[in-house]
Amino acid sequence: MTTVVSTRPAPAASPTNHAADRPAPSERRAGRLLTAPFLIVYLLFLAGPLLVGVVLSFFNTTTVKSGLGDFVGLSNYQEVLGDSLFWQSMWHSVLFTLLTTPPLVVLALGVAILASRIRRGRLFYRIAFFVPYVVPSSVVTLVFLWMYTPQIGLLPKVFDAVGLPVPDFIGSTSGGWTAVVLMTVWWTFGFNFVLYTAAIQDVPADVYEAAAIDGASPWQQIRHITVPLLGRTTSLVLILQILASLKVFDQIYQLLGGGPDQSTRPVIEYIYDTGFTAYRGGYGAAATMVYFVIIVAISAAWYGLRRRRATGSAA
Amino acid sequence: MARRRFLALSGGLALTGGLAACSSPLASGLTGSQPDTADVIFWNLFTGGDGANMVLMEKAFQKADPGTTVEATVLGWGNPYYTKLALATASGTPPDVGITHLSRLPLLAASGLLQPVRDTPLGELGVTEDKFTPAAWKKATVDGTVYAVPLDTHPFVLYYNVDIARKAGLLNSAGDGLVPLKGGEDFVAAVKAMKDAGGARYGAVMSITADPSTAWRFFSMVYSGLAGPIVTDSGTKIVIDDEAMQETVAFMQSLTGPDLMPRNLTGAGANALFSTGKAGFLFDGEWQIPSYRGVKGLKFDVVPFPALLGPKPVAYADSHALILPRNDRGDETRTRNASKFVRSLLDSSAVWAEGGHIPAWLPTQKSTAFLELSPQRNYVQAAFDAQYDPVAWYTGAGSDFQGVIGGTVIEALAGRITPKGMAGAMRSALKRYTTSRPPVTMK
Repeated sequence: MTTVVSTRPAPAASPTNHAADRPAPSERRAGRLLTAPFLIVYLLFLAGPLLVGVVLSFFNTTTVKSGLGDFVGLSNYQEVLGDSLFWQSMWHSVLFTLLTTPPLVVLALGVAILASRIRRGRLFYRIAFFVPYVVPSSVVTLVFLWMYTPQIGLLPKVFDAVGLPVPDFIGSTSGGWTAVVLMTVWWTFGFNFVLYTAAIQDVPADVYEAAAIDGASPWQQIRHITVPLLGRTTSLVLILQILASLKVFDQIYQLLGGGPDQSTRPVIEYIYDTGFTAYRGGYGAAATMVYFVIIVAISAAWYGLRRRRATGSAA
Repeated sequence: MARRRFLALSGGLALTGGLAACSSPLASGLTGSQPDTADVIFWNLFTGGDGANMVLMEKAFQKADPGTTVEATVLGWGNPYYTKLALATASGTPPDVGITHLSRLPLLAASGLLQPVRDTPLGELGVTEDKFTPAAWKKATVDGTVYAVPLDTHPFVLYYNVDIARKAGLLNSAGDGLVPLKGGEDFVAAVKAMKDAGGARYGAVMSITADPSTAWRFFSMVYSGLAGPIVTDSGTKIVIDDEAMQETVAFMQSLTGPDLMPRNLTGAGANALFSTGKAGFLFDGEWQIPSYRGVKGLKFDVVPFPALLGPKPVAYADSHALILPRNDRGDETRTRNASKFVRSLLDSSAVWAEGGHIPAWLPTQKSTAFLELSPQRNYVQAAFDAQYDPVAWYTGAGSDFQGVIGGTVIEALAGRITPKGMAGAMRSALKRYTTSRPPVTMK
């Protein structure tokens, strides 16, 4: 699913960390109380299921019977790691990430800059670009499916009308990827757009003023002020986008069913297919864990890289 | 003070009222119980023509028994339906009546998700073995217990273009059927005659490209004439007869090799070629009959496949069957209503036969209402020669298994696998299923 956690760029950590600044006990109690609702939900619905998933992955659990089933040790993991279909679907998720991340970041940045420089109707553009993101995936898929349908769909008709060969959006692998990438870009780029719009507003106006006085053209201002000052946001948008794209499921499942012939099936659909459709819950859990480790590794590598760069530039 | 008490009282009343009436979606959602919106809740997977016929049959029940309400839910065909049926039943919120393909029954039965027919009032209502096509009833029996009531048999059949067949000299003297064909060579000669003497562009067509299920049906039919199921022991053991496999592929390639039959063709392509009289035969399931019935200028008929490689004709088939999912609440009234509903659907299965299917309920199968239906009446024998998917936890209609094994058959049809190489290719394709750990132990 291509939703992302809504976080704004974290403000720069304060350089000093006073141990003496520890809040008073009453405040700490209030803090604990106020975070309690979140923590309870977090433990109940995120940490809890995760632990259950870890346990399940060592058992031959099935979704058609209650209970854990037989203990099978690491054999579920062995099977997952040795299954070419798992790695194929993993590759499909990575491919989707490679195809969608660049346009979703670059387009969002470009449009956010343009929208911020518009004098009239700025609010309209902001809303217009963000609105698709609010629409549920099933609705978006339904609308796009109609546009992609061979013979009667809008897009095949347009291709036909201008004399171009009509791509088979639903029935072929390359057409399927094109269809799903186009739809995803239209649907989700609004989120990155909002992150960039917020960050652009944080750029102090006097920097532009100074640049204007020095004779910098608008294009120079964008290139040398806006884009560099948005660096932090860009790296945040990038990692959020990579993680969100790796989690792709609904669009592909609903638009293509992972087809034709499983050639676009993302890893989450593999997990769904084995865990629910084939009723092998334990095996599905093992596949989930492997995928989880891969995602954590990617995020950790990314944060490590950012950290090193941050300390490197500070030194 | 009075006002506060009044508010508390009315609030309490509203709350108890809401919880007591368990029909409220919120309450039933929180307690996880099935909202009893009707006396019989029926889940099926039929859309299109079959869906419309099923609605007619539900209406017939409503008319005969106005006191019992029915709510039918149609879910996406294939895996989406089976996933929901299994999960809903395993978690204790099943529908009262469901549909299954008999090829999918072994796993559902082994998981304990179904009520055995003998534990329901169905027997009292006259739903007994002697009134069903034996092959279907046998397939509805898992490990000695009957778990499903077969509604139909839907075989893979042979369509032919009447005009081309006449030119090819393949019509019998009465002109109402094909001359008897005996064995593979005879059959290939007939396909060739369709092309040469009949003047068709292709002797036969079949949907192949991106349609592994059809390829699997065709392969399974030919191979089953020579040897037993390719997996046994509930799907844990590969049993391939190398010679039979070689002979099967050689036969398939004797059709696709000399271009008597296209080796790459989509379902739409097969439909177009047969509809426009450019193909003599069409190999497909009888459920496609409605899509050819209204075609102008097309005179076609449908017959069961003759015996091809083995001594006896084999019809690859599956059956839709009615099931009563296990319900821990054990509500006898609901089970009785569900059984009445099942019996009513069997009685109106002549409507169901309009979609091309052979009713499994013998009173309907032998009724004039059914025997007047053409071409349905031609291939009733196929229901008796039915050969289903092998028994395993992963086989059945719309399964991953059919997709993968059918994919191998497509390669063979296209000539990319030699007859000798097929046994090896099949073994390596089957291995991913036979070595996977089954979700439930099956006997």
